[in-house]
Amino acid sequence: MSSVRVLVGTKKGAFVLTADGKRKNWDVSGPHFGGWEMYHLKGSPVDPNRVYASQTSGWFGQLIQRSNDGGKTWEPVDNKFVYDGVPGTHQWYDGTPHPWEFKRVWHLEPSLTDPDTVYAGVEDGALFRSTDGGQSWQELSGLRKHDTGSRWQPGAGGLCLHTILLDPANPSRIYIAISAAGAFRTDDAGETWKPINRGLHSQYIPAPNAEVGHCVHHIAMHPSRPNVLFMQKHWDVMRSDNGGDSWQEVSGNLPTDFGFAIDVHAHEPETLFVVPIKSDSEHYPIDGKLQVFRSRTGGNEWEATTKGLPQQNCYVNVLRDAMSVDSLDDCGVYFGTTGGQVYCSADAGDSWNPIVRDLPAVLSVEVQTLR
Amino acid sequence: MTATVRIELPAHLRTLAGVGREVTLEIDGAVTQRSALDALEARYPMLRGTIRDQVTQQRRPFLRFFACQEDLSHDSPDAPLPEAVVSGKEPLIVLGAIAGG
Repeated sequence: MSSVRVLVGTKKGAFVLTADGKRKNWDVSGPHFGGWEMYHLKGSPVDPNRVYASQTSGWFGQLIQRSNDGGKTWEPVDNKFVYDGVPGTHQWYDGTPHPWEFKRVWHLEPSLTDPDTVYAGVEDGALFRSTDGGQSWQELSGLRKHDTGSRWQPGAGGLCLHTILLDPANPSRIYIAISAAGAFRTDDAGETWKPINRGLHSQYIPAPNAEVGHCVHHIAMHPSRPNVLFMQKHWDVMRSDNGGDSWQEVSGNLPTDFGFAIDVHAHEPETLFVVPIKSDSEHYPIDGKLQVFRSRTGGNEWEATTKGLPQQNCYVNVLRDAMSVDSLDDCGVYFGTTGGQVYCSADAGDSWNPIVRDLPAVLSVEVQTLR
Repeated sequence: MTATVRIELPAHLRTLAGVGREVTLEIDGAVTQRSALDALEARYPMLRGTIRDQVTQQRRPFLRFFACQEDLSHDSPDAPLPEAVVSGKEPLIVLGAIAGG
């Protein structure tokens, strides 16, 4: 029988939530690495028992953990992330040059074909790859050495590379996004990169249509149509139908188009989910009502899904990597909040139930569908 | 000459290394912060990068080194540690700053 495993990273440890395909009765395992910030955990698509986790701390720095049994047991692997060559500088908040410094791993993206290959998106904005199961890491420095790299500036959360999308139809194509440099694409497996920000409009930067400098919060893709991308930007929900070469706004009737998380239905490539957040200075839902908005038209037309979600006095946030979907016949949608709740909808958003209510603040949610 | 040195670790690093409050290490030659941490990391490689940066070898800002009721954090990493540490009478304490939430 099918089952699901939800990998939850929080401010104070990791949790593994499991259930059968009905997704009603849940087993909660954790905290793993109690007390540590667990930015992201993700399993290999080819070997679901191989799971990678980013464990970090202001005191002790970065660790990478690896599991070969679906998160029951873990082993630390290499944590040496060294920028290629002489790193140089990027722009600091005040516009002055600032040396590139490794701070933490925000996102781990296992290869679609090899369980020992995994990509790491790091702060300060760089992409690393391991081909030996995390035993060593090498920077794909063509990204950071792009002509615009010295002009990249951090967003409020740091200069973080937070999104990595591997094209299932083209092994040489990878999309990444950095706050607040924008989105980039490689078509040669990471050697060279181009900014893909045409059509983004950000009023808060000196040149609103600049080639780089946009605060992209997250990008999602349906695996059957890797040229179609959906983006939650700082403000604006955007869509590209040509691999990021150009973008159109699809915020439509959303009550606010600020937010962090965005994802696509597992079986309906035009069905999207976002969690609108009031504003960039008020990181919580409008009027204390937690609402997931769903579009069945690839954007522009949105409907609120609220059944089972708190509709008063709710002032949590949903962070960029804290939403995921399973691929069971009835697509499950999951998201975690900074209030420690992880919600599941087993009917694509029609209704929601909390799996857990009182975890530490949730940083990331990833789902594995196990068959 | 081989010295038997005790190192006291903060709680998270004990969990990471799977050890108790203190570890005991054999150190050949001069006993300094550097040689003590080199020996610690050789025995417990999962601690590499958690106490000092792997590239710069600088102490992490929120950790400090104490021994014999003295703060040695700003001493040279190659300065000899106190005799009481070299003799094993006192531990070298790696201490996490009391900060954050």
